Amino acid sequence: MTARPDPAASAATDTAAAETGRRVVRTMRRALRWSLPEILFWLVAFASIFLLPGQHLILTEIAILAVFALSIDLILGYAGIVSLGHAAMYGAGAYAAGLYAIHVTGEPLTGLVVGAAAGAVIAFATSFLLLRGGDLTRLMVTLGVAAVLFEIANKAYRITGGADGLQGIWMDPILGRFDFDLAGHTGYVYCLIVLFLLFLLARLVVNSPFGISLKAIRENPLRASAVGIPVNPRLVAIYTLAGAYAGVAGALFTHTQQFISLDALAFQKSADGLLVLIIGGTGYLYGGMIGALAYKVIQDVIANITPQYWLFWIGLLMVVFVLWGRDKPQRIFATLAARLRHRREGRE
Amino acid sequence: MVTLIFDGLAYGMLLFVLSCGLAVTLGLMNFINLAHGAFAMAGGYATVILTNQMGMPFLWTLPLAFIVAAVAGFVLERTLYVRMYARSDLDQVLFTIGLVFMAVSGMDWLMGSQQQILHLPSFLLGRVEVLGVNIGIYRAFLIAVCGVLAIVLQLLITRTRFGSRLRAAVDDQRVAHGVGIPVKTVFAVTFAVGSGLAGLGGALGAEILGLTPNFPLEFLIYFLIVVSVGGTSSMLGPLYASILLGLADVLGKYYIPTLGSFMIYAVLVIVLVVRPQGLFARAA
Amino acid sequence: MTVVLETRNLCRNFNALKATQDVSFQLHEGARHALIGPNGAGKTTFINLLTGVLAPTSGEVLLMGQPITRLSRHGRVRRGLARTFQINQLFPELSVVESLGLVISERRGNGADWWRYAGRLPGLGEEVAQIACDFGLDEVLDQRVADLPYGKQRLLEIALAIALKPRVLLLDEPAAGVPEADRHEVLARLAVLPGDVSILLIEHDMSLVFTFASRISVLVEGALYAEGTAEEIAADERVKAVYLGEGDDE
Repeated sequence: MTARPDPAASAATDTAAAETGRRVVRTMRRALRWSLPEILFWLVAFASIFLLPGQHLILTEIAILAVFALSIDLILGYAGIVSLGHAAMYGAGAYAAGLYAIHVTGEPLTGLVVGAAAGAVIAFATSFLLLRGGDLTRLMVTLGVAAVLFEIANKAYRITGGADGLQGIWMDPILGRFDFDLAGHTGYVYCLIVLFLLFLLARLVVNSPFGISLKAIRENPLRASAVGIPVNPRLVAIYTLAGAYAGVAGALFTHTQQFISLDALAFQKSADGLLVLIIGGTGYLYGGMIGALAYKVIQDVIANITPQYWLFWIGLLMVVFVLWGRDKPQRIFATLAARLRHRREGRE
Repeated sequence: MVTLIFDGLAYGMLLFVLSCGLAVTLGLMNFINLAHGAFAMAGGYATVILTNQMGMPFLWTLPLAFIVAAVAGFVLERTLYVRMYARSDLDQVLFTIGLVFMAVSGMDWLMGSQQQILHLPSFLLGRVEVLGVNIGIYRAFLIAVCGVLAIVLQLLITRTRFGSRLRAAVDDQRVAHGVGIPVKTVFAVTFAVGSGLAGLGGALGAEILGLTPNFPLEFLIYFLIVVSVGGTSSMLGPLYASILLGLADVLGKYYIPTLGSFMIYAVLVIVLVVRPQGLFARAA
Repeated sequence: MTVVLETRNLCRNFNALKATQDVSFQLHEGARHALIGPNGAGKTTFINLLTGVLAPTSGEVLLMGQPITRLSRHGRVRRGLARTFQINQLFPELSVVESLGLVISERRGNGADWWRYAGRLPGLGEEVAQIACDFGLDEVLDQRVADLPYGKQRLLEIALAIALKPRVLLLDEPAAGVPEADRHEVLARLAVLPGDVSILLIEHDMSLVFTFASRISVLVEGALYAEGTAEEIAADERVKAVYLGEGDDE
């Protein structure tokens, strides 16, 4: 496309361009490759099914929390949307799955779909309020949406059980074969598989042209629109997808606990999800999972020392963590991954 | 009907005193202080403890509530908040939510989770008939006090040296610093006064809002609505927004009891759709 | 000659201030046209009106003869109107490859593809490489944009717009802030931009204007003050007066 008068020089640049082209393709495909820490992470996760049979109940909670935090990562880590009300979608998914199990069928897999749809619908319907205005407006809107749903669930006690919670949920076996047991073995395997599948999808989405355009919007919405990215539709799309993820998390909770309380829609839930993600770090998908694990371990340790006033310690943790610099754990992980990659590429 | 409007007005004025400090800190430091309600709670509890347990006259406790919250605000601003000004919105949000959680559960530990009943002096209780309108004396008291406060604040900002420094710093921090305005001091004093006003609001509202350790979370959405609907460019925007919100809430809860608590959200949605930059924000 | 970009009686007021006053302007196909004017003449406002960052108070904007006054920003880009910014507007945390790749996939209509990795789009890598080589960015492909030296960032700023293969390109002070040592590199890239792209250069620097542009419009206090060939404008006493009257800034 550029005018090049000298054919010899042109041929030289063409070879250079071809070489550069190969380098570009290599760079672009690096995101696709599974790094060693990634592979190890999932091997350990699945090994826990056999190695930690006594911990399956708490591991189930961790897996569900991880799905929830993964959902927040999609909007916060990639699209830069700060939300104080992600519990709205989680709770919608939980209640939808619960009501579906009670009134339609206890079959869990379609229940998951119902939960996802409920989360997606809530997210889609409210996403339009997020498009205009800055972070402050978004905080207020997300907080408000969750508060409204909480009030609705509280008032409509004939349907939701109100403050008493939704009871009488009975789940059928998964695929008609695997019954939910009291020790939570089935539940854990179920949640872990769903988490893994959702992670795979998220990994594809964030490395797709769509995902990269989200990062561009996060980095600079003005320039994003100036290179032809339709900013608002993209934000609506990712917010809806994240809503579906949160809905699935809620449905998983319903399926494994077979009971829902208003806590699923409470501010505390939104803040927990945010904190979990922040502990693990945003924008690389593993943050939610690592954060969920760390959060539950910390909760366990603190509960052993002082069972009351958990909220105080969680608050202190947030304050100290932010003052200390919340991106540090993520940086450690990234340096580790980069070092391993370098070593591997050095060998090649 | 007129009584209801009167109640809504009182409620709105109260909301203004509670949240005007937030509007200023947000406008001045561009800082999202979600822990603003914690200072209000501190003021409310200070008044309850002083009146109920120490037998101090209610009116005397009001300035003390202001001072308690202002001192708390000043100390926290100098030690912690000052480190967060340059941080991202997300950091500020997390940091201040953390503070809220600590305040909520700390207050729970100190005072228990039950609602605090404030014993108002008898001359503020009861109702009177004025021109055929049934008026609660305490509501009238609230309107008077908050109205005076609003006027004083507006004068303070538009007429005094500190006010002009404040406005200069809001408009452009670097320039203000360049012409010799001690921006840091302005920040600290403003933050302290804002917190103090919240504390005073908490004290005044302890009786009608209901004071529990959950106060900072329960009223967070009200504060956010006031500042985002009212804007931060003057004191009048938040004032109008507070009154609108107070009226919507009181009238909504009276006429449509089942849906009343959703009224404020309806207002919020309408405002967002019609004027996303805020109802009373200065057109940029 | 075909008019590619046109404004008709374009006005924009900010309260009492008339930032753009009744501007009727035409850009011809393949043009190298400069828009000059003293500080505060409303050059940036004019660009913002053309690209849809601001909505006009009255008047019309036409691209290829089609009215685009009410079209969204990205809609205008899709119809072939690209711009660069006076102050770099880049994606700091993305790499050079990601930045260019996302612009190209957006142009090809693959921007919303969520079902495949960006690295698997056929031919994308080659096109990224081509542009990177053209703009001297091939050595810094996988670096974070925030880590690039300013000169390279400035080149990327222009490369992002070129990657859109625009019909009309608006360059807002492309050499602004570039250190003297890197300046010739930016100017060299500008000199070899494809001839079929019509370019409107908004510039303060007269030496750049006269080397680059064959036609010049002068904007003063939001209104078109003079227009003509480079020679005509250079000889125009009124234009000189405007610039001399302003004093020599920058």
